[in-house]
Amino acid sequence: MIDYRTVYTICPFCGTGCGILLEVMNGRLEGVLPCKTNPVNQGKLCIKGWSAHEFVHSPDRLKKPLVRKDGRLEEVEWDEALSFIASRLKAITQAYGPDSFGAFSSAKCTTEENYLLQKFTRAVIGTNNIDHCARL
Amino acid sequence: MDRLREGIRDALTEGPVAGVMGLILDGGHPRPHLFTKGRIEDLDRLVVGEARYPLAAVLLKVLRNDLDAHLGIVARGCDERAILELVRNVQLNGERVVVFGVACSSEQASACQCPQPYPSSHLSGERVAPVSDSEGLDRLDRLSEEERLQYWMDQFGKCIKCYGCRNICPMCFCTTCTLDEDDLIQTGTIPPEKPIFHLIRAFHMAERCIDCGLCEAACPSGIPLRTLYKKMRNVVTTRFGFTPGITKEGKGPLQYLGDGKFGEQEGH
Repeated sequence: MIDYRTVYTICPFCGTGCGILLEVMNGRLEGVLPCKTNPVNQGKLCIKGWSAHEFVHSPDRLKKPLVRKDGRLEEVEWDEALSFIASRLKAITQAYGPDSFGAFSSAKCTTEENYLLQKFTRAVIGTNNIDHCARL
Repeated sequence: MDRLREGIRDALTEGPVAGVMGLILDGGHPRPHLFTKGRIEDLDRLVVGEARYPLAAVLLKVLRNDLDAHLGIVARGCDERAILELVRNVQLNGERVVVFGVACSSEQASACQCPQPYPSSHLSGERVAPVSDSEGLDRLDRLSEEERLQYWMDQFGKCIKCYGCRNICPMCFCTTCTLDEDDLIQTGTIPPEKPIFHLIRAFHMAERCIDCGLCEAACPSGIPLRTLYKKMRNVVTTRFGFTPGITKEGKGPLQYLGDGKFGEQEGH
């Protein structure tokens, strides 16, 4: 017998906060329905919300960080990726100054994560080159 | 409500029905749910009339994963029209779908401007009179052709191409969709081409639309889609004597070719 249920959550794509129902069939995410009783979206969604389930089982989804080695992207563990990022950031900003760095934050992040990124950019790196991904 | 709950409980525990699609109140939100024998206690949280979801479309989604399943559905008038139309279009096997009818209240009927706020039989609620709403359509019909075109072009200009009208529609059962075809529609770009994007959908609704209004309710831009599809329905009814959602047998006018042998041709 098929197991069909919905999971109520908030759309991950932007700061509007639309209520969505994830349709789960036999433990697999199969679709999205707009939540009719969420006061924010009142049963309506944009195309991002309607497609919010698609990346979860996508074969193109990145599950590990990739680092380019000898011209080829290779899967690595987080520790290695973060050490690589830190060492390169240090080297670049030391050689070219803090304004050689810029960061784009995201509506998909929480307020706290966005705060953290601007703090990192301004206080750790020392530049005002921080903006929102919607500016891209 | 008690009769409905008991009817479903009996069908699940004693009858051949393996699951019933309905709305469950969970976390403060009514939402589609497949009630099953294994979790019969879920029935305590069964709700009706709280919100409208395309239950027939969700049922179809479940049945496509389990073609032999014998399922039920808690159906308002609109849900039953959807079921009839899905059976007529050979998407559902009518003998494997049991309808547990719910008649809508007069408040719900007028909120939905519902042409038939009750199914053929019901276990919950009382039958109330249909609410006919042709006002919007009549007003548009009185405009000159030029003004009418301008009206619709202005409305279509609001479209953000979310595909919500198609996604929520219980009649959009096709597994491939013209509106996703790169050769016919510019996919991946906004705004959509108007009026072609909207008129393609309108034509595809011509002999299917059951006038449930879920499309209009899902439209973030407030385009009066129901009025548009109502017009298509009226044309099909007056010109061809066919109204979708009334019978589970027979062919609609677009299912015939000129020689009337469409249904007999192999591969169709």
